[in-house]
Amino acid sequence: MTSRINHFPGTSLNEQDFADGKVLFVHDALKAEYAWDTGIAIGTYLAGLKRGVILGAHCRHCRKTVVPPRTVCEWCFRPMSEYIPLQDTGTVNTFSLCYVTWDVRRIKEPEIPAVITLDGASQLGPASLFMGGIMHKLGEVNPEQVHIGMRVKAVWKPEKEREGAITDILYFKPLPKEEA
Amino acid sequence: MNKEVAIIGVGWSGFHPSTPEVSYKELMYAAAVRAYADAGVDPRRDIESFVTVAEDFIEGTSIFDEYVPDQLGAALKSVHTITGDGLHGLATAYMLIRTGVFDVVAVEGHSKASNIQTLDSIVGHAQDPVLNRPLRLNTHFVAGLEMQRYLHDSGSSLEQCAAVVVKNRHNALKNPLASYSANLTAEDVMQGPPLAWPLGRLETATPVDGSVVIVLASGRKAAELSDNPVWIAGMGWCNGSASLESREWSTLPYVEKAAQMAYRQAGIGDPWDEVDFAEIDDTYAYKELQSLEALGICAFGEAGELLMQGAFDPYGEFPVNASGGSLGVGHLLDATGLHRALEAVLQLRGEAGAHQIEDVHTGLVQSWRGVPTTSAAVAIFDNQEG
Amino acid sequence: MGMRKVAVIGAGMTKFVRRALETPKELSWEAAKMALDSCELTMDDVDGVCFGTAPDAFDGVHMNGEYCSDGAGAWNKPFMRCFVGGGTGVFVPIQGWYHVASGLFDVVLVVAEEKMSSYYPHAQAAFLTIFDHTTERPLKPNLLWIFALEMNRYMTTYGIRKEDIARVSVQHKRNAANHPCALLGEANITVEDVLNSEVLAWPVQRFDVSPVSDGAVALVLAAEHVAKRLTDKPVWIEGVGWHLDTAYWTNRDLAYPRYVEYAAKMAYDMAGIKEPRKEIHIAEPYDPFDYKALHHLEGLQLAERGKAIELYLSGAAAPDGDLPICPSGGLLGVGNPIAAAGLMKVAELFWQLRSEAGARQVPGQPRRGLAQAWGDLMQVGTVIVMGR
Repeated sequence: MTSRINHFPGTSLNEQDFADGKVLFVHDALKAEYAWDTGIAIGTYLAGLKRGVILGAHCRHCRKTVVPPRTVCEWCFRPMSEYIPLQDTGTVNTFSLCYVTWDVRRIKEPEIPAVITLDGASQLGPASLFMGGIMHKLGEVNPEQVHIGMRVKAVWKPEKEREGAITDILYFKPLPKEEA
Repeated sequence: MNKEVAIIGVGWSGFHPSTPEVSYKELMYAAAVRAYADAGVDPRRDIESFVTVAEDFIEGTSIFDEYVPDQLGAALKSVHTITGDGLHGLATAYMLIRTGVFDVVAVEGHSKASNIQTLDSIVGHAQDPVLNRPLRLNTHFVAGLEMQRYLHDSGSSLEQCAAVVVKNRHNALKNPLASYSANLTAEDVMQGPPLAWPLGRLETATPVDGSVVIVLASGRKAAELSDNPVWIAGMGWCNGSASLESREWSTLPYVEKAAQMAYRQAGIGDPWDEVDFAEIDDTYAYKELQSLEALGICAFGEAGELLMQGAFDPYGEFPVNASGGSLGVGHLLDATGLHRALEAVLQLRGEAGAHQIEDVHTGLVQSWRGVPTTSAAVAIFDNQEG
Repeated sequence: MGMRKVAVIGAGMTKFVRRALETPKELSWEAAKMALDSCELTMDDVDGVCFGTAPDAFDGVHMNGEYCSDGAGAWNKPFMRCFVGGGTGVFVPIQGWYHVASGLFDVVLVVAEEKMSSYYPHAQAAFLTIFDHTTERPLKPNLLWIFALEMNRYMTTYGIRKEDIARVSVQHKRNAANHPCALLGEANITVEDVLNSEVLAWPVQRFDVSPVSDGAVALVLAAEHVAKRLTDKPVWIEGVGWHLDTAYWTNRDLAYPRYVEYAAKMAYDMAGIKEPRKEIHIAEPYDPFDYKALHHLEGLQLAERGKAIELYLSGAAAPDGDLPICPSGGLLGVGNPIAAAGLMKVAELFWQLRSEAGARQVPGQPRRGLAQAWGDLMQVGTVIVMGR
């Protein structure tokens, strides 16, 4: 088929075509606003963050503690109603040095997103495919020194400024050697 | 009679104008756990495939199918999402089982309409971005245009449209799931605020929150698991013209085609005689009349008259929306078709409570995806007792 | 109920370009028309339409499937749109398969379309809204984050070098030089070019990534009795599989895609495949990023964990190797109009298995091929196995 066809449909445009007014277009912006109910599990999680506590949920049947909490265990489909306070320290499971913002602006100093397995939650291991990890950012660290396995600790917003949001944790920073 | 696929479990949650106590995931879980208990299945062990219906802009999340599996017991299983009405989801499960590869499939649909702050603006973005949207008309105008032309061509009246609202919201008085049950007169409806004249605000269903989960099984598996299966005798679906510029305005050819497809499978020649009741589209009051005609339950222009004679009342010759319909219960966005299927299943099992219709064997369910679409689906259910 | 056999009997595609003049409806129709022409059918012969396109956010059109439906040929037809994120392109033909295999349809048109250029100023920003609205979106993540996090975890777990992973990008972009629809085919690209490209989100660099694009692809599917009447070269859908992992992606080890493994097992079981490495002759794993092809080859059981790179280092993955991988040029070379890109892989299998792939044709008349796509929060695997 492709061997017999010389012409394929599809017409490529470039920026110049737009600049030259050769292409007409309509500009529009979507007004879409939502107020999502946080519900039981995430509502409890956010209330914990406001108090400076990271809550996980524990499944007695699967014997695992995960974060963020949820009302049903996705592996055994039993209700999960036990909330467990976790440490605000953890281990970097993976990270990136990102030189592009969410809306594709270039930046010189990278953002450092990471998946952090929290202390007190389930850890990956020979017996466990699950871990209590969350996505957050790292700060107060030389990007070149970040590594998988690095020990980190949450840096919280001042209590008065916390609003019950994931951003109540500003970022995670390296734990001093003696505490790591 | 078609005995390949049966509904063996139904579950629901919510059905309120708002559900602030639960997240959308918790709303879905509550419906799922109830459906699985009703079917007597463990989702982790028994359910082989899952189908959800959802639209990104309604959820406020792109690629919403990401967030489906956990609360349905579907993590690391065969799951997919379609952007359709709940009946399209049911049709998908029906096809999956008919391939012979799957024995048990679950379908989920939900609405968290209360969380959407700018629903009209979002629906406005379903209009053609170049040809229609720049006119900045609230999308209900499409229903206004259609109603106007429908009344003109069919000879149906504003009173008859208002009578649909009176009937459905009255029927809803007996349905514990209903949020908008009321005793109204046609006058009350016609004197209500206009929306897109001739369409009035009270002739338009109001969104509610809720989730519905339905469990389907192959004939073999249904015989093993269920003592009250409701069989899917036929399913049809069809799209009409996507553009406003080239569509029929007074008739619904896509509903007609969807119905013909379903009737062919079910072996139904005359739905008036062979079907006992229907739960059909009443997103806007005139739609119930227009749809009845497209479904071939009566001739074009006859539905209004039959309605006034009481033919579509719960105790009439052909009960329509005995549940209260979307006008009485509330509109569950794309879960609406599943709500209607749920009501039909309860009727066919004899579990509809105060609004149970006597002696029913075959039910028809129809749904439409709302303005500005021309997308409809039809299902025929049977309890095999007839 | 014996299972009905389903064949692919026609295919068509548009060029993949950075920014297309054509609207989404027009792109859809161009591909659909070409697919129908290729098997000498018209819309009158089509019983139903399956459509795939990824997030509505790109087009800014709510219910985008309904909007595109007439372009895809669904006026007065049963129409369904499936939606599994990046996995959509390989899922649409699966959706077409179950339409036909169910016995309800004899001929189904399968169309996948994506127009990413409409989003202003850059399509990548639309991906912010794929993250959890409460626990992740406030951190303002870029889509690149999740790939970079996964790539880093994968490289570190198995000790794989960046300069080796770059070989994937080089191989695919070179393959694409022979694809008439390709956006980024480059016959002379080298590993150094990849390693010297801009660092976007370490370890991800610009040439590790496929380009956002516009384009559409279409297939015609038919039941056995129809296919045999219409063509003497049907390509059979022998197995399909799909699995979706938990949405809690930070609770999983990203080093290995279990969902791809499960999806592949489902497809292999259906196809009666016991030793995939021997029984699959050509593979089109999903390659939006170069490391993803490796990751997926391992999930597909075509390589052991951490060892997929050896297929590239040994030459096995080359078009003349013993397991040609992405002979089309893949997403890295042909382009990544999301849903269309996945279906492009299935179209490539169709052409390769019929020996119609022109300059890209792999030697040895392959008998069986596999295409796979992936999507969501590193979460969904969709797999199709086809044979002649």
